[in-house]
Amino acid sequence: MADTIDLKSYQPPQVGPAQIRLLERLCNACAVSGDEQEVRQIVLEEIRPYTQEVRIDSLGNVLAIREGSEKRRLRVMLAAHMDEVGLMLTHSEEDSFFRFETVGGVNIQALPGKLVWVGRSHVPGVIGVKPVHLVSPEESKNAISLEALRIDLGPGNGAKANVGDRAAFATSFKRLGASLRAKALDDRLGVANLIELVKNPPANIDLLAAFTVQEEVGTRGASVASYSLDPDLAIVLECTPANDLPSWDGSENNQYNTRLGAGPAIYVADKNTLSDPRLVRHLVDTAEALHIPYQMRQPGSGGTDAGPIHRQRSGIPSISVSVPGRYLHTTTSLCRLSDWQHTLTLIHTALTRLTPEVLAPER
Amino acid sequence: MKQLIQRLVEITAPSGHETQMRAAIRAEVEPLADEVRVDALGNLIAQKGRLPSGRRNEGEGQRIMIAAHMDEIGLMVTHIDESGFARFTNLGGVRPHSLPGGRVNFIHGPIGVIGVEHKAATNEAPTLAQMFIDLGVTSREACPVRIGDVACFERQFLDLGDRLVAKAMDDRVGIAVLIETMRQLKSTPHELHFVFTTQEEVGLRGAAPAAFGIDPDLGLAVDVTGTGDTPQDKKMEVKLGQGPAIKIRDAQMISDPRVVDWMASAAEELRLPHQFEILEAGSTDARAIQLSRAGVPAGCLSIPCRYIHSPSEMVELHDILNAVKLLTRLLSEKVVMP
Repeated sequence: MADTIDLKSYQPPQVGPAQIRLLERLCNACAVSGDEQEVRQIVLEEIRPYTQEVRIDSLGNVLAIREGSEKRRLRVMLAAHMDEVGLMLTHSEEDSFFRFETVGGVNIQALPGKLVWVGRSHVPGVIGVKPVHLVSPEESKNAISLEALRIDLGPGNGAKANVGDRAAFATSFKRLGASLRAKALDDRLGVANLIELVKNPPANIDLLAAFTVQEEVGTRGASVASYSLDPDLAIVLECTPANDLPSWDGSENNQYNTRLGAGPAIYVADKNTLSDPRLVRHLVDTAEALHIPYQMRQPGSGGTDAGPIHRQRSGIPSISVSVPGRYLHTTTSLCRLSDWQHTLTLIHTALTRLTPEVLAPER
Repeated sequence: MKQLIQRLVEITAPSGHETQMRAAIRAEVEPLADEVRVDALGNLIAQKGRLPSGRRNEGEGQRIMIAAHMDEIGLMVTHIDESGFARFTNLGGVRPHSLPGGRVNFIHGPIGVIGVEHKAATNEAPTLAQMFIDLGVTSREACPVRIGDVACFERQFLDLGDRLVAKAMDDRVGIAVLIETMRQLKSTPHELHFVFTTQEEVGLRGAAPAAFGIDPDLGLAVDVTGTGDTPQDKKMEVKLGQGPAIKIRDAQMISDPRVVDWMASAAEELRLPHQFEILEAGSTDARAIQLSRAGVPAGCLSIPCRYIHSPSEMVELHDILNAVKLLTRLLSEKVVMP
């Protein structure tokens, strides 16, 4: 197919200092599932100057529309989730200790000794654990249970938090050379990418942006968002785990999911979605035409907002694309600037060369 | 009927990649339908009859969705190692113990053999992560498949007289029943939507959006069900060759009892052998139809099948022929339900 755009003169949005500062604000904000207002506030601030068509639906999704100007426009939903995994205070005890539950997929073993921010005023706390000196050999064989952990706010600070408050990992954003370190890169990278797309929408499509809630507890926001937007197709902007460390025994790592530095990760299949093959082809063709690196996310477990979106109404052709990130759902996640840039380039270019003909053949 | 079933089972069409199956069905149903269309998820919808607008509860006819799924269980490549072996994951309910030593067909042509890591050779069934596909090459570069490519069991159709054996009888016999019913149906008071669905094996993902789009008054699925008639088998009433089974319930759906009665009385009027099905594991597209929009009365006509999800699923020809007779009768007359 002849290209609808001249890739040599085409300039996709760039990841520069302003974009990195915005990602920093987004990552340092706390938005554990169900309490996304801090991130929502930043999203609204950023996109309102660019479009009048913004609304917040009953679950808290931010839905924004930027209509294109060309004829024969596809209505394209782009989704990125605002929420992050974290903890919820469930029970207060004496001396400012709180019991807690996990919200979304959190590894209990990665919690002891970590710092958290509690509630909307980010009250600093620490997740207490028995000192190793006092752990018996018998105890040390067992996994640490959630019941054994407490959030410790320190004397006199118990009143600053309430049962039901969320706690987020207290990790400040930092650039480390070619890498970025932060909590909640999953999915603030998607949110940052979507904000850039709202600011720089291709004229050939109607861009229907959905900044979704409650993804980490079961892709709940995207389900209702896609019902109301009712698009022709959907692309989910994600951040997916890179488990690309060497194997302990030196054998070839064949379960890496994705790899850092290998470019945007295109989804073929996860637990909840078989990506639309026409969209897989379109993204792969675009990456190859651009001569940028890309990788296929390993098919297997996991799920994104594409799960409920593609089954909504009479069916919506859907796909997900991720920036790969290491150590997701822990206090500290790590990504590469180059992967971020290539992902933004891939998505923007793919949208710019998206025509109704892409969906003309039967799935 | 045997030739039709053989043609259908020999097609490779794992979930999400039903293109070849759809082409084969389209060739059969286009002369039989008033309209044929394909929706966003790839469901093939063949419509017969049309109700006047303002249809509900007026006149004799109803809008009925009849679903059989095009997809079969399969494998998807997750990694090609440096020696050219392909690692894979499952599409749908693949049983690991049915794989080692088997062969798989990729939809774009290559054929491979399934091998198992040495360390997995114990008394326990190996896991999928311990298996690989050997495509007869020695390097990653020479490997003819890529991450995301899909394959299904390679296995010949076997004609044992009344009993037929093949991979993917689930649900190609359902497809055959729908096609043959369309052929036999002389006239209908209804608006019939024969839906050949996608992605059933990965969670009824095609049927739900199809049902939303069609918005039927009544829904039926035609699919296979297990039996309890082999040595040391699980307890289950259904037997091969005792007639098509009218589903009472499965793990995720309770059939509308009015639909069950309607189906059973038609079978009795026709003096057709039939049986009732209670399936403890698994479900069908009927569940997706039942839960669509504000809810739809739904049921399922099942073809008894041994060794489901193995490369050698066994069905009985007369169960299939009787299912066609029953379905044809159900769809040619006014629906009478209490």
